Amino acid sequence: MNDSQKSVSPEDSAKPIIEIREMHKWYGDFHVLSNINLQVQAQEKIVICGPSGSGKSTLIRCINRLEEHQRGHIIVNGTELCNDIKNIEKVRAEVGMVFQHFNLFPHLTIIENLTLGPIWVRKTPKKEAEEAAMMYLEKVQIAEQAKKFPGQLSGGQQQRVAIARSLCMNPQVMLFDEPTSALDPEMIKEVLDVMIGLAEEGMTMLVVTHEMGFAKSVADRVMFMDDGEIVEQNSPDVFFDNPQHERTKLFLSQIL
Amino acid sequence: MPESTAAKREQLKPPVSNVGIIGWLRTNLFSTWYNSLLTIAMLGILAWLVPPLFRWVFIDSLWNSSAEACRDIDGACWSVIPNNIRFIILGFFPEGQEWRPILAMILLLSLVIYSKERSRWKKSLAWLWLINLIIMGTLMYGGVLGMPVVETSQWSGLPLTFLLSFFGMIVAYPLGILLALGRRSEMPAIKTLCVVYIEMIRGVPLISLLFMSSIMFPLFLPEGVSIDKVLRALIAIILFTAAYIAEVVRGGLQAMPRGQYEAADSLGLPYKHTMRLVILPQALKIVIPPSVGVLLSVFKDTSLVVIIALYDVLKTTMVTLSNPKWAGYSSESYIFLALLYFVFCYAMSSYSRKLEKELHTGH
Ligand SMILES: Nc1ncnc2c1ncn2[C@@H]1O[C@H](COP(=O)(O)OP(=O)(O)OP(=O)(O)O)[C@@H](O)[C@H]1O
Ligand SMILES: [Mg+2]
Repeated sequence: MNDSQKSVSPEDSAKPIIEIREMHKWYGDFHVLSNINLQVQAQEKIVICGPSGSGKSTLIRCINRLEEHQRGHIIVNGTELCNDIKNIEKVRAEVGMVFQHFNLFPHLTIIENLTLGPIWVRKTPKKEAEEAAMMYLEKVQIAEQAKKFPGQLSGGQQQRVAIARSLCMNPQVMLFDEPTSALDPEMIKEVLDVMIGLAEEGMTMLVVTHEMGFAKSVADRVMFMDDGEIVEQNSPDVFFDNPQHERTKLFLSQIL
Repeated sequence: MPESTAAKREQLKPPVSNVGIIGWLRTNLFSTWYNSLLTIAMLGILAWLVPPLFRWVFIDSLWNSSAEACRDIDGACWSVIPNNIRFIILGFFPEGQEWRPILAMILLLSLVIYSKERSRWKKSLAWLWLINLIIMGTLMYGGVLGMPVVETSQWSGLPLTFLLSFFGMIVAYPLGILLALGRRSEMPAIKTLCVVYIEMIRGVPLISLLFMSSIMFPLFLPEGVSIDKVLRALIAIILFTAAYIAEVVRGGLQAMPRGQYEAADSLGLPYKHTMRLVILPQALKIVIPPSVGVLLSVFKDTSLVVIIALYDVLKTTMVTLSNPKWAGYSSESYIFLALLYFVFCYAMSSYSRKLEKELHTGH
């Protein structure tokens, strides 16, 4: 694979920020993702839903190469993901990821968690990185906890720190893998509020979630996956009120 | 109203017999009939053992006398230590040059104590160590500033034990970490190499490695080339320790949740930074207790170098005892030696506990 896709053309602004073409992935013999085609424009917000085991996590993890795909193309921000580690690191630096279980670094303080990427990947001077980090902590309303360790924070606070950690890298795209599923109900809202704020600022977002309220109010597009395929994608109005496929109808009837 | 609450509180005080010395005795020593029986039996044994031991150590003993005076006593002849301390500690280091190894040891110990504080773990500390290593080496070897050369064959006693154990550990630990990372590497060549190395070394006792380093290894060297004997022993100890450290560290790496790697990866952090900044600090913290176990046993196992005719502090003690004048006082000498080892081992393990506590961040 080479960089032939990386042609810089005048209509660059219209180029999708993520482009996935005929992508397949297997775990051994198990065909987890089959024939995925997806284009995400800058500032688009996409919610991905589907039953457990349908491959939602696998799909968004392929976008920053936490999982490797075996066929097809994934092009992020003009860089094609292949075995070249330099390309992979470049894409990862541009793509923020928020995990279900936060995955903060427990041996570092909150502020150190936030500045790690900027200092060692972006080579930002420490002082500058800390100032930026404080700004993002304020944005997720947790600045007073900067000197604490992750283990001393509640789940909701940790997830907000995790979001801030990704934002510190100034990503082009944010991926969320069930960011609220590990949280107690009273903490879900504080995390969703931060995500809504981000969406309003125009961040490009791919969100795997079961929060259908969030999907209805924020998403530009809702995507339904089943059995490793994208079954249906539509604007939230159409998706929820007038689903096209039987499988989507069944799924919606179960969760709504 | 407040008064009556206070009165009620008064009544709720714990029964006297549950607190204080009596309470402690009751809950810990006399809680059941067999517990009481055990306690009484133990008291009996102590009463039978302790007084004679106490007499032997403190009352009937001599602390600083000639060997002749010791013939007439029933107690311990501690005099064997002060009379031979020069040889036990410094061995064959030339007369009149004693200040050099002593100064080197003081430097080493001060440096170790200075390095205990985590706030001092900076680059400058590494430089400090490097400079001091050169100074210590110069002190021991001499050849400059009017200090006569002392060949390493004359290095013996405690300085030799320190040299073999401290530098064995300091070099072996990073080497072990690299081996552990290598063993988990995705590159098959590196992985195989590390696995073979680790398993081979772990399949061989230290004694045979020392033998190999002192007897077999020189056979492979070209004519006229010889590598210093102490250095060869040191290398054997390093290679041996590194393999064990590698397995301990690998355990720590395996205990790291996958999410930590993924979080670091998704920031775009390259492998070396991921390891250095995210994975190793956590993994090494987990393995402090087993690492210290390995290091303690290395410290003690350095005494095995006696079999290749190096005179560490155990061997110098044995030499002292081979003098007919002092031959009968091995118990005293070995007790002294045991205390010496104990002091260092205990210091190491209590430091590791302190470190563990400091590194705990509430997760
Ligand atoms: N490392 C792996 N090896 C083999 N199979 C895997 C692996 N990871 C996931 N799978 C399988 O791939 C399928 C898709 O998994 P994935 O985690 O993407 O599902 P999901 O849609 O995110 O489900 P959930 O809603 O439960 O998170 C599942 O059937 C899962 O068992
Ligand atoms: Mg999932």
